[in-house]
Amino acid sequence: MLIKSKNKSALLESQVTDEAIYKDRRKVLKQLGFVGASALVAGSMPKIAWAESPSAFKTKALNFKKSQYSDIPDKLTPEKKVISHNNFYEFGAKKDQPAELAQNFKVDPWQLKITGEVDKPFTLDYNELFSRFAIEERIYRLRCVEAWSMVIPWLGFRLADVIKKAQPNSKAKYVAFKTLHDPEQMPGQSNRYLGGGIKYPYVEGLRIDEAMNDLTLLSVGLYGKTLPAQNGAPIRLVTPWKYGFKSIKSIVEIKLVERMPKTTWNKLAPNEYGFYANVNPEVDHPRWSQASERRITSGGLFARNRIETQMFNGYGEEVADLYKGMNLGKHY
Amino acid sequence: MRNFVKILLLKTIIHFAAFIPAVVMYYLAIVDQLGSDPVEEIIHFTGISALNILLITLLVSPVAKYFKQGWLINVRRLLGLYAFFYACLHMLNFLFFELQFDFSLFIGEVIDRPYITIGMLAYAIILLLAVTSWSKIRKKMGKKWQALHNYNYLLVSLVCIHFYWSVKSEIIEPSIYFIMLFILLYQRKDKFKRWFKR
Repeated sequence: MLIKSKNKSALLESQVTDEAIYKDRRKVLKQLGFVGASALVAGSMPKIAWAESPSAFKTKALNFKKSQYSDIPDKLTPEKKVISHNNFYEFGAKKDQPAELAQNFKVDPWQLKITGEVDKPFTLDYNELFSRFAIEERIYRLRCVEAWSMVIPWLGFRLADVIKKAQPNSKAKYVAFKTLHDPEQMPGQSNRYLGGGIKYPYVEGLRIDEAMNDLTLLSVGLYGKTLPAQNGAPIRLVTPWKYGFKSIKSIVEIKLVERMPKTTWNKLAPNEYGFYANVNPEVDHPRWSQASERRITSGGLFARNRIETQMFNGYGEEVADLYKGMNLGKHY
Repeated sequence: MRNFVKILLLKTIIHFAAFIPAVVMYYLAIVDQLGSDPVEEIIHFTGISALNILLITLLVSPVAKYFKQGWLINVRRLLGLYAFFYACLHMLNFLFFELQFDFSLFIGEVIDRPYITIGMLAYAIILLLAVTSWSKIRKKMGKKWQALHNYNYLLVSLVCIHFYWSVKSEIIEPSIYFIMLFILLYQRKDKFKRWFKR
């Protein structure tokens, strides 16, 4: 007997809207002046056009090889969502603003300096970001401190390989990162309203052993292509066991230092954002519980996607040793 | 134009402007066309809408006085009820879509998070105001009705604080709401003075 079982989440043919009708529907809504009418109620009309905005920022395909992290059971967050839901205050504090306001961002030429307590400081220019180190794919869970998460196929190389090349000296205890400071290109840096009132340039930091961990990635791409501007082009940090705000974007400087460096969110609200920012379901943020999270996948309002948050975002096997003997309730 | 025609017309406009956006936004959210995180989007939309309508409700009596258009007072209850409507949606969205029916987490969050605590307090007040909005109940309550409905000022203030405490670092948008709140309450300064004299 042939038993056919259907995947519950699969769409039926009848549920799929024809593209022409779909686009037409948007046009009709706009023509109805709906945008204006609802502005009365909500103040601003959210992204009715989020899926159809043209992108001026060009990405290109990258050569990469798969890694041991290419095969994880979690379902990927759709690319469309990864590139339209961003915290990148340099391009606006609202989630949809970076995708809109970063489109004319210039990343070529670019210079990334590796400097500080190293014997062989060096600089990578734009092309070298993609050619000096072999690029591999790492599919990581990204857990935002705001209690939502995504699963993203990053492309990049280990930060450890970059640091080793610079030959750190014995004083190198921490690694400090800096985002580009260019108020002309980054409207959030010149406009307090857009930039959410944080101090620029954005800075972040890791302890040297965290930076050298196998998981710590410098990413230059996602979904097979170079990074979109709103995701931190041309190069960003990815530390999957830490909250997303640690993953500094559009990096121009990696500096090996002796003392614990300042970090942007820690300066702004030290009681809410610690230096370590390790994902920890037991330590709540003052304004929300960290015990669970909403996984952003496909599916609308009724998608049942609330899951329990795992210690170190599920990467404890790889990183728990780094924090042996530390009180993680205090060093959050 | 006779007053009852004007009232009817304005009420019709209010129904259209307040109800249809909710229908369209929920439709977009359900079919996953409301940005990347429809849950966050719909929570924010309903919350800000409730606050906006509350402020419009506070605007009615100063405007009616200033332009000598007493009939305007007749739309105040409808506006207040729409604010209640959006407040209900806002709270239910948080419970159903953000927390996905985790009632124990809901209660925990209400207790642990000051911004949610005062949000719920504000909700309790608007609930009381809404259920006592029937003309019959109003008549029955007599003087007590006005005393109860004066809590509206506390309600709007709590909602503004709730919004301010809920944002991460942005203070400009909440500040604009505080300024509007201040202006609207300032219109009633004589009333407040009278309360404190007694």
